[in-house]
Amino acid sequence: MELIGSGRLRLATVWLGGCSGCHMSFLDLDEYLLELSQAADLVYGPFVDAKEFPAGVDVALVEGAVTNRANLAMAGIIRQRSRTVISFGDCAITGNVTAMRNLLTVAETLDPFRCDGEASPAFDYAAVPQLLPRALPLHQVIPVDGYIPGCPPGPDRIRAAIECMLRGEPVHLAPGMLTFG
Amino acid sequence: MPVITLTIDDELISGREGETLLQVIKEHGISLPTLCHMEGLSERGGCRLCIVEVAGSPRPLPACTTPAREGMVVRTRSERLENYRRMLVELMLAERNHYCAVCVSIGHCELQRVAAEMGVDHVRYEYLSPKLTMDLSHERFGLDHNRCILCTRCVRVCDEIEGVHTWDISGRGVKSRIIADLNRSWRESGTCTSCGKCVQVCPTGALFLKGAVVGEMVKDPTMLARVLEGREKKEWEG
Ligand code: SF4
Ligand code: SF4
Ligand code: SF4
Ligand code: FES
Repeated sequence: MELIGSGRLRLATVWLGGCSGCHMSFLDLDEYLLELSQAADLVYGPFVDAKEFPAGVDVALVEGAVTNRANLAMAGIIRQRSRTVISFGDCAITGNVTAMRNLLTVAETLDPFRCDGEASPAFDYAAVPQLLPRALPLHQVIPVDGYIPGCPPGPDRIRAAIECMLRGEPVHLAPGMLTFG
Repeated sequence: MPVITLTIDDELISGREGETLLQVIKEHGISLPTLCHMEGLSERGGCRLCIVEVAGSPRPLPACTTPAREGMVVRTRSERLENYRRMLVELMLAERNHYCAVCVSIGHCELQRVAAEMGVDHVRYEYLSPKLTMDLSHERFGLDHNRCILCTRCVRVCDEIEGVHTWDISGRGVKSRIIADLNRSWRESGTCTSCGKCVQVCPTGALFLKGAVVGEMVKDPTMLARVLEGREKKEWEG
Protein backbone atom coordinates (compact mmCIF):
# COMPACT_ATOMS: atom_id res chain seq x y z
CA MET A 1 0.00 0.00 0.00
CA GLU A 2 1.31 3.39 -0.90
CA LEU A 3 1.08 5.41 2.26
CA ILE A 4 -0.50 8.83 2.32
CA GLY A 5 1.57 11.75 3.66
CA SER A 6 4.64 11.04 5.77
CA GLY A 7 5.16 7.45 4.68
CA ARG A 8 3.88 6.24 8.03
CA LEU A 9 0.61 4.37 8.22
CA ARG A 10 -2.20 6.68 9.29
CA LEU A 11 -4.25 4.34 11.45
CA ALA A 12 -7.68 5.07 12.93
CA THR A 13 -9.79 2.89 15.20
CA VAL A 14 -13.51 3.46 15.64
CA TRP A 15 -15.98 2.26 18.24
CA LEU A 16 -19.50 1.92 16.86
CA GLY A 17 -22.15 -0.42 18.38
CA GLY A 18 -19.81 -2.74 20.26
CA CYS A 19 -18.70 -3.24 23.85
CA SER A 20 -15.12 -1.96 23.37
CA GLY A 21 -13.84 -5.50 23.86
CA CYS A 22 -12.10 -5.31 20.47
CA HIS A 23 -10.31 -2.17 21.62
CA MET A 24 -9.33 -3.88 24.88
CA SER A 25 -7.90 -6.69 22.78
CA PHE A 26 -6.01 -4.10 20.73
CA LEU A 27 -4.34 -2.94 23.96
CA ASP A 28 -3.40 -6.58 24.58
CA LEU A 29 -0.93 -6.23 21.70
CA ASP A 30 1.38 -5.20 24.57
CA GLU A 31 4.94 -4.50 23.44
CA TYR A 32 3.96 -4.85 19.79
CA LEU A 33 2.25 -1.50 20.30
CA LEU A 34 5.73 0.02 20.61
CA GLU A 35 6.81 -1.56 17.35
CA LEU A 36 3.59 -0.42 15.74
CA SER A 37 4.18 3.13 16.92
CA GLN A 38 7.39 3.13 14.87
CA ALA A 39 5.43 2.39 11.70
CA ALA A 40 2.05 3.99 12.24
CA ASP A 41 0.40 7.09 13.65
CA LEU A 42 -2.83 6.51 15.52
CA VAL A 43 -4.77 9.49 14.23
CA TYR A 44 -8.22 8.74 15.63
CA GLY A 45 -9.85 6.39 18.13
CA PRO A 46 -11.09 6.00 21.70
CA PHE A 47 -7.48 6.22 22.88
CA VAL A 48 -6.85 9.48 21.02
CA ASP A 49 -8.03 12.96 21.86
CA ALA A 50 -9.28 13.86 18.40
CA LYS A 51 -12.82 15.11 18.09
CA GLU A 52 -13.29 14.59 14.40
CA PHE A 53 -12.46 11.70 12.14
CA PRO A 54 -9.59 13.11 10.05
CA ALA A 55 -9.11 13.01 6.31
CA GLY A 56 -6.45 10.91 4.62
CA VAL A 57 -6.62 7.80 6.86
CA ASP A 58 -4.84 4.75 5.46
CA VAL A 59 -6.52 2.10 7.59
CA ALA A 60 -9.60 2.33 9.78
CA LEU A 61 -10.33 -0.55 12.14
CA VAL A 62 -14.04 -0.37 12.90
CA GLU A 63 -15.47 -2.11 15.94
CA GLY A 64 -19.19 -2.65 16.45
CA ALA A 65 -22.38 -3.01 14.45
CA VAL A 66 -24.17 -0.09 12.83
CA THR A 67 -27.04 0.13 15.25
CA ASN A 68 -28.14 3.79 15.39
CA ARG A 69 -28.21 6.94 13.29
CA ALA A 70 -24.92 8.24 14.67
CA ASN A 71 -23.19 4.97 13.70
CA LEU A 72 -24.71 5.25 10.24
CA ALA A 73 -23.43 8.80 9.73
CA MET A 74 -20.02 7.85 11.10
CA ALA A 75 -19.76 4.83 8.77
CA GLY A 76 -20.25 7.16 5.81
CA ILE A 77 -17.53 9.52 7.05
CA ILE A 78 -15.11 6.66 7.69
CA ARG A 79 -15.59 5.33 4.17
CA GLN A 80 -15.14 8.75 2.61
CA ARG A 81 -11.95 9.54 4.48
CA SER A 82 -10.22 6.15 4.64
CA ARG A 83 -8.42 4.19 2.01
CA THR A 84 -8.94 0.83 3.71
CA VAL A 85 -11.81 -0.05 6.05
CA ILE A 86 -11.53 -3.18 8.18
CA SER A 87 -14.41 -4.74 10.12
CA PHE A 88 -12.84 -5.28 13.51
CA GLY A 89 -14.51 -8.08 15.48
CA ASP A 90 -17.76 -10.02 15.24
CA CYS A 91 -20.17 -7.15 15.93
CA ALA A 92 -18.86 -5.25 12.91
CA ILE A 93 -18.82 -8.44 10.82
CA THR A 94 -22.02 -10.26 11.81
CA GLY A 95 -23.89 -7.88 14.12
CA ASN A 96 -23.22 -10.43 16.89
CA VAL A 97 -24.40 -9.50 20.40
CA THR A 98 -25.44 -6.02 19.28
CA ALA A 99 -27.77 -7.58 16.70
CA MET A 100 -29.50 -9.86 19.20
CA ARG A 101 -32.10 -7.13 19.44
CA ASN A 102 -32.99 -7.81 15.80
CA LEU A 103 -35.33 -10.56 16.99
CA LEU A 104 -37.48 -7.75 18.39
CA THR A 105 -38.92 -4.56 16.97
CA VAL A 106 -37.33 -1.28 18.06
CA ALA A 107 -40.37 -0.55 20.27
CA GLU A 108 -40.08 -3.96 21.96
CA THR A 109 -36.37 -3.38 22.48
CA LEU A 110 -36.93 -0.03 24.13
CA ASP A 111 -40.00 -1.01 26.17
CA PRO A 112 -38.09 -2.12 29.27
CA PHE A 113 -36.38 1.27 29.34
CA ARG A 114 -39.55 3.34 29.32
CA CYS A 115 -40.57 5.00 32.57
CA ASP A 116 -43.24 3.03 34.44
CA GLY A 117 -44.59 1.61 31.24
CA GLU A 118 -45.56 5.12 30.17
CA ALA A 119 -45.79 5.73 26.47
CA SER A 120 -43.42 8.68 26.73
CA PRO A 121 -39.97 7.52 25.69
CA ALA A 122 -37.30 7.51 28.38
CA PHE A 123 -34.82 8.59 25.77
CA ASP A 124 -34.38 12.11 24.64
CA TYR A 125 -33.59 11.49 21.01
CA ALA A 126 -31.95 14.88 20.69
CA ALA A 127 -29.24 13.50 22.99
CA VAL A 128 -29.38 9.76 22.38
CA PRO A 129 -29.05 8.60 18.76
CA GLN A 130 -32.13 6.90 17.39
CA LEU A 131 -31.90 3.15 16.85
CA LEU A 132 -32.10 1.86 13.30
CA PRO A 133 -34.79 -0.81 12.70
CA ARG A 134 -32.02 -3.45 12.77
CA ALA A 135 -28.41 -3.50 13.91
CA LEU A 136 -26.40 -4.12 10.73
CA PRO A 137 -22.98 -5.55 9.91
CA LEU A 138 -20.71 -2.77 8.63
CA HIS A 139 -20.41 -4.27 5.13
CA GLN A 140 -24.18 -3.95 4.67
CA VAL A 141 -23.79 -0.19 5.07
CA ILE A 142 -20.47 0.66 3.37
CA PRO A 143 -17.98 -1.34 1.29
CA VAL A 144 -15.47 -3.08 3.57
CA ASP A 145 -11.98 -4.21 2.54
CA GLY A 146 -11.10 -6.77 5.21
CA TYR A 147 -12.34 -8.66 8.25
CA ILE A 148 -10.85 -9.63 11.63
CA PRO A 149 -13.34 -12.08 13.20
CA GLY A 150 -13.55 -12.91 16.88
CA CYS A 151 -15.41 -11.69 19.94
CA PRO A 152 -13.07 -10.12 20.62
CA PRO A 153 -10.41 -11.03 18.06
CA GLY A 154 -7.30 -12.15 19.93
CA PRO A 155 -4.19 -9.94 19.74
CA ASP A 156 -2.56 -12.55 17.46
CA ARG A 157 -5.29 -11.97 14.89
CA ILE A 158 -5.06 -8.19 15.19
CA ARG A 159 -1.31 -8.32 14.81
CA ALA A 160 -1.48 -10.64 11.79
CA ALA A 161 -3.99 -8.30 10.13
CA ILE A 162 -1.94 -5.18 10.89
CA GLU A 163 1.16 -6.87 9.50
CA CYS A 164 -0.71 -7.57 6.25
CA MET A 165 -1.64 -3.89 6.05
CA LEU A 166 1.89 -2.70 6.82
CA ARG A 167 3.11 -4.87 3.95
CA GLY A 168 0.47 -3.21 1.78
CA GLU A 169 -1.41 -6.49 1.30
CA PRO A 170 -5.11 -7.22 1.75
CA VAL A 171 -5.99 -8.68 5.16
CA HIS A 172 -5.70 -12.42 4.87
CA LEU A 173 -5.94 -14.57 8.00
CA ALA A 174 -5.31 -18.30 8.30
CA PRO A 175 -8.38 -20.53 8.93
CA GLY A 176 -7.40 -20.89 12.60
CA MET A 177 -7.79 -17.14 12.96
CA LEU A 178 -11.13 -16.94 11.19
CA THR A 179 -13.55 -18.42 13.71
CA PHE A 180 -16.41 -16.26 14.90
CA GLY A 181 -16.93 -15.92 18.61
CA MET B 1 -17.45 -56.97 -3.60
CA PRO B 2 -16.30 -56.30 -7.17
CA VAL B 3 -13.64 -53.67 -7.55
CA ILE B 4 -14.34 -50.61 -9.68
CA THR B 5 -11.99 -48.00 -11.08
CA LEU B 6 -12.70 -44.30 -11.30
CA THR B 7 -10.83 -41.05 -11.82
CA ILE B 8 -10.79 -38.63 -8.91
CA ASP B 9 -8.96 -35.32 -9.28
CA ASP B 10 -7.08 -36.67 -12.33
CA GLU B 11 -5.91 -39.80 -10.54
CA LEU B 12 -7.03 -43.32 -11.31
CA ILE B 13 -8.23 -44.95 -8.13
CA SER B 14 -10.16 -48.03 -7.15
CA GLY B 15 -13.13 -48.56 -4.91
CA ARG B 16 -15.68 -51.26 -4.23
CA GLU B 17 -19.03 -51.50 -5.90
CA GLY B 18 -21.77 -50.38 -3.54
CA GLU B 19 -19.66 -47.67 -1.96
CA THR B 20 -20.67 -44.04 -2.11
CA LEU B 21 -18.43 -41.49 -3.79
CA LEU B 22 -17.74 -39.99 -0.36
CA GLN B 23 -16.47 -43.33 0.96
CA VAL B 24 -14.14 -43.82 -2.02
CA ILE B 25 -12.91 -40.23 -1.83
CA LYS B 26 -12.20 -40.50 1.90
CA GLU B 27 -10.49 -43.87 1.55
CA HIS B 28 -8.24 -42.17 -0.96
CA GLY B 29 -7.21 -39.61 1.66
CA ILE B 30 -9.02 -36.63 0.16
CA SER B 31 -11.01 -34.66 2.70
CA LEU B 32 -14.36 -33.14 1.81
CA PRO B 33 -16.36 -30.84 4.06
CA THR B 34 -19.47 -32.57 5.45
CA LEU B 35 -22.08 -31.65 8.01
CA CYS B 36 -25.09 -33.94 7.60
CA HIS B 37 -22.96 -37.04 7.02
CA MET B 38 -22.04 -39.12 10.04
CA GLU B 39 -20.32 -42.49 10.02
CA GLY B 40 -22.85 -45.07 11.22
CA LEU B 41 -25.98 -43.22 10.12
CA SER B 42 -27.84 -43.40 6.83
CA GLU B 43 -26.97 -40.67 4.33
CA ARG B 44 -29.22 -37.67 3.98
CA GLY B 45 -27.59 -35.49 1.31
CA GLY B 46 -29.01 -32.45 3.00
CA CYS B 47 -26.21 -30.01 3.70
CA ARG B 48 -24.76 -30.23 0.19
CA LEU B 49 -21.23 -29.40 1.41
CA CYS B 50 -19.77 -32.62 -0.02
CA ILE B 51 -20.74 -31.68 -3.59
CA VAL B 52 -18.39 -32.84 -6.35
CA GLU B 53 -18.30 -32.43 -10.10
CA VAL B 54 -19.03 -35.62 -12.03
CA ALA B 55 -18.37 -35.71 -15.77
CA GLY B 56 -21.66 -35.88 -17.62
CA SER B 57 -23.67 -34.18 -14.90
CA PRO B 58 -24.28 -30.48 -15.50
CA ARG B 59 -24.81 -29.83 -11.80
CA PRO B 60 -22.65 -30.82 -8.84
CA LEU B 61 -23.71 -33.96 -6.95
CA PRO B 62 -23.45 -34.70 -3.24
CA ALA B 63 -20.72 -37.32 -2.81
CA CYS B 64 -22.42 -38.88 0.22
CA THR B 65 -25.54 -39.98 -1.67
CA THR B 66 -24.00 -40.67 -5.09
CA PRO B 67 -22.99 -44.30 -5.68
CA ALA B 68 -19.46 -44.77 -7.02
CA ARG B 69 -19.57 -46.31 -10.49
CA GLU B 70 -17.03 -47.80 -12.83
CA GLY B 71 -15.37 -45.21 -15.05
CA MET B 72 -16.69 -42.11 -13.27
CA VAL B 73 -14.63 -38.96 -13.64
CA VAL B 74 -14.88 -36.87 -10.48
CA ARG B 75 -13.46 -33.55 -9.36
CA THR B 76 -13.58 -32.68 -5.65
CA ARG B 77 -12.15 -29.17 -5.91
CA SER B 78 -12.81 -26.34 -8.33
CA GLU B 79 -13.57 -22.67 -8.13
CA ARG B 80 -17.23 -23.37 -8.74
CA LEU B 81 -17.42 -25.98 -5.96
CA GLU B 82 -15.56 -23.81 -3.44
CA ASN B 83 -17.82 -20.95 -4.32
CA TYR B 84 -21.02 -22.98 -3.85
CA ARG B 85 -19.79 -24.54 -0.61
CA ARG B 86 -18.98 -21.15 0.78
CA MET B 87 -22.38 -19.82 -0.22
CA LEU B 88 -24.05 -22.77 1.51
CA VAL B 89 -22.21 -22.17 4.77
CA GLU B 90 -23.01 -18.47 4.63
CA LEU B 91 -26.68 -19.28 4.05
CA MET B 92 -26.67 -21.60 7.08
CA LEU B 93 -25.22 -18.83 9.21
CA ALA B 94 -27.75 -16.31 7.88
CA GLU B 95 -30.83 -18.52 8.24
CA ARG B 96 -31.05 -18.73 12.03
CA ASN B 97 -29.34 -16.97 14.91
CA HIS B 98 -25.71 -17.98 15.31
CA TYR B 99 -24.21 -15.79 18.00
CA CYS B 100 -21.02 -17.82 18.40
CA ALA B 101 -19.72 -15.55 21.16
CA VAL B 102 -22.48 -16.69 23.52
CA CYS B 103 -23.03 -20.24 22.24
CA VAL B 104 -22.64 -23.38 24.35
CA SER B 105 -20.71 -24.99 21.49
CA ILE B 106 -18.22 -22.25 20.66
CA GLY B 107 -14.82 -23.80 20.03
CA HIS B 108 -16.34 -27.27 19.53
CA CYS B 109 -18.80 -26.58 16.74
CA GLU B 110 -18.58 -28.27 13.36
CA LEU B 111 -20.36 -25.44 11.54
CA GLN B 112 -17.99 -22.89 13.02
CA ARG B 113 -14.97 -25.01 12.06
CA VAL B 114 -16.16 -25.71 8.51
CA ALA B 115 -16.89 -22.00 7.97
CA ALA B 116 -13.40 -20.99 9.10
CA GLU B 117 -11.75 -23.67 6.97
CA MET B 118 -13.58 -22.32 3.94
CA GLY B 119 -12.36 -18.83 4.63
CA VAL B 120 -15.79 -17.45 5.53
CA ASP B 121 -14.76 -14.18 7.16
CA HIS B 122 -18.14 -12.54 6.67
CA VAL B 123 -21.62 -13.42 5.42
CA ARG B 124 -22.83 -11.75 2.22
CA TYR B 125 -26.51 -12.37 2.89
CA GLU B 126 -28.92 -10.54 5.09
CA TYR B 127 -29.43 -12.28 8.41
CA LEU B 128 -33.03 -13.44 8.69
CA SER B 129 -33.03 -13.14 12.51
CA PRO B 130 -36.12 -15.33 13.01
CA LYS B 131 -37.72 -15.25 16.43
CA LEU B 132 -37.18 -18.84 17.53
CA THR B 133 -37.76 -20.69 20.76
CA MET B 134 -35.82 -23.15 22.86
CA ASP B 135 -37.18 -26.37 24.34
CA LEU B 136 -35.81 -26.67 27.86
CA SER B 137 -38.55 -28.97 29.11
CA HIS B 138 -36.37 -32.11 29.25
CA GLU B 139 -34.78 -32.78 32.59
CA ARG B 140 -31.23 -33.15 31.26
CA PHE B 141 -31.11 -31.79 27.71
CA GLY B 142 -32.02 -28.65 25.81
CA LEU B 143 -32.88 -27.87 22.17
CA ASP B 144 -32.13 -24.41 20.80
CA HIS B 145 -33.75 -23.92 17.40
CA ASN B 146 -31.61 -20.83 16.89
CA ARG B 147 -28.54 -23.02 16.30
CA CYS B 148 -30.13 -25.87 14.33
CA ILE B 149 -28.99 -26.40 10.73
CA LEU B 150 -31.49 -29.20 10.01
CA CYS B 151 -28.81 -31.78 9.31
CA THR B 152 -31.18 -34.43 10.79
CA ARG B 153 -28.40 -36.31 12.50
CA CYS B 154 -30.56 -36.28 15.64
CA VAL B 155 -33.55 -37.61 13.72
CA ARG B 156 -31.50 -40.43 12.20
CA VAL B 157 -29.60 -41.46 15.32
CA CYS B 158 -32.79 -41.63 17.35
CA ASP B 159 -34.59 -43.62 14.66
CA GLU B 160 -31.80 -45.85 13.38
CA ILE B 161 -29.65 -46.44 16.46
CA GLU B 162 -31.82 -45.83 19.50
CA GLY B 163 -34.80 -47.17 17.59
CA VAL B 164 -37.50 -44.90 18.98
CA HIS B 165 -37.82 -42.09 16.40
CA THR B 166 -38.61 -39.23 18.74
CA TRP B 167 -37.47 -36.51 16.37
CA ASP B 168 -38.91 -35.40 13.07
CA ILE B 169 -39.03 -32.28 10.96
CA SER B 170 -42.18 -30.22 10.66
CA GLY B 171 -42.76 -27.52 8.07
CA ARG B 172 -40.99 -26.70 4.84
CA GLY B 173 -38.00 -24.57 3.84
CA VAL B 174 -37.03 -21.88 6.33
CA LYS B 175 -40.10 -22.82 8.38
CA SER B 176 -38.70 -26.31 9.03
CA ARG B 177 -38.31 -27.21 12.69
CA ILE B 178 -37.15 -30.23 14.61
CA ILE B 179 -40.11 -31.58 16.59
CA ALA B 180 -40.47 -34.28 19.24
CA ASP B 181 -43.22 -36.83 18.55
CA LEU B 182 -46.20 -35.02 17.07
CA ASN B 183 -44.94 -31.60 18.10
CA ARG B 184 -44.91 -32.05 21.85
CA SER B 185 -42.43 -30.60 24.27
CA TRP B 186 -39.43 -32.90 24.75
CA ARG B 187 -40.49 -33.67 28.31
CA GLU B 188 -43.94 -34.77 27.18
CA SER B 189 -42.55 -36.99 24.45
CA GLY B 190 -43.79 -40.49 25.09
CA THR B 191 -40.96 -42.08 23.14
CA CYS B 192 -37.70 -40.46 24.28
CA THR B 193 -35.60 -42.77 26.43
CA SER B 194 -33.29 -39.92 27.50
CA CYS B 195 -30.32 -41.81 26.05
CA GLY B 196 -28.60 -38.59 24.93
CA LYS B 197 -27.46 -39.93 21.55
CA CYS B 198 -29.02 -37.04 19.65
CA VAL B 199 -27.19 -34.56 21.85
CA GLN B 200 -23.83 -36.19 21.12
CA VAL B 201 -24.24 -36.34 17.32
CA CYS B 202 -25.57 -32.80 16.85
CA PRO B 203 -22.84 -30.84 15.06
CA THR B 204 -23.82 -27.46 16.51
CA GLY B 205 -25.00 -25.96 19.77
CA ALA B 206 -28.62 -26.86 18.96
CA LEU B 207 -28.74 -29.90 21.25
CA PHE B 208 -26.89 -29.60 24.53
CA LEU B 209 -26.66 -30.80 28.09
CA LYS B 210 -28.43 -28.53 30.51
CA GLY B 211 -26.03 -26.63 32.70
CA ALA B 212 -23.43 -26.27 29.93
CA VAL B 213 -22.49 -22.62 29.61
CA VAL B 214 -20.65 -20.78 26.82
CA GLY B 215 -18.12 -23.09 25.21
CA GLU B 216 -18.74 -25.95 27.63
CA MET B 217 -20.74 -28.21 25.36
CA VAL B 218 -18.12 -30.62 24.09
CA LYS B 219 -19.63 -33.47 22.07
CA ASP B 220 -18.23 -36.97 22.04
CA PRO B 221 -17.61 -37.81 18.39
CA THR B 222 -16.66 -41.42 19.22
CA MET B 223 -19.95 -42.22 20.97
CA LEU B 224 -21.73 -43.56 17.91
CA ALA B 225 -18.77 -45.69 16.81
CA ARG B 226 -18.52 -47.18 20.32
CA VAL B 227 -22.21 -48.03 20.41
CA LEU B 228 -22.05 -49.67 16.99
CA GLU B 229 -18.91 -51.60 17.82
CA GLY B 230 -20.37 -52.79 21.11
CA ARG B 231 -23.45 -54.05 19.32
CA GLU B 232 -21.37 -55.77 16.68
CA LYS B 233 -19.42 -57.61 19.35
CA LYS B 234 -22.61 -58.24 21.33
CA GLU B 235 -20.94 -56.66 24.34
CA TRP B 236 -24.19 -55.91 26.08
CA GLU B 237 -26.00 -59.15 25.45
CA GLY B 238 -26.42 -61.26 28.46
S1 SF4 C 1 -23.87 -23.46 16.71
FE1 SF4 C 1 -21.74 -23.12 16.04
S2 SF4 C 1 -21.95 -21.58 14.43
FE2 SF4 C 1 -23.85 -21.55 15.60
S3 SF4 C 1 -23.57 -20.03 17.20
FE3 SF4 C 1 -22.93 -21.97 18.08
S4 SF4 C 1 -20.72 -22.03 17.73
FE4 SF4 C 1 -21.54 -20.48 16.34
S1 SF4 D 1 -32.33 -38.67 24.01
FE1 SF4 D 1 -32.23 -40.60 22.82
S2 SF4 D 1 -34.34 -41.29 22.70
FE2 SF4 D 1 -34.41 -39.16 23.38
S3 SF4 D 1 -34.65 -37.99 21.51
FE3 SF4 D 1 -32.45 -38.12 21.87
S4 SF4 D 1 -31.77 -39.95 20.74
FE4 SF4 D 1 -33.99 -40.06 20.88
S1 SF4 E 1 -30.82 -30.34 16.34
FE1 SF4 E 1 -28.65 -30.61 15.82
S2 SF4 E 1 -28.57 -32.70 14.99
FE2 SF4 E 1 -30.70 -32.10 14.98
S3 SF4 E 1 -31.04 -31.27 12.94
FE3 SF4 E 1 -30.56 -29.53 14.27
S4 SF4 E 1 -28.35 -29.27 14.05
FE4 SF4 E 1 -28.83 -31.30 13.24
S1 FES F 1 -22.40 -34.50 3.80
FE1 FES F 1 -23.09 -34.91 1.81
S2 FES F 1 -24.77 -33.56 1.63
FE2 FES F 1 -24.19 -33.27 3.71
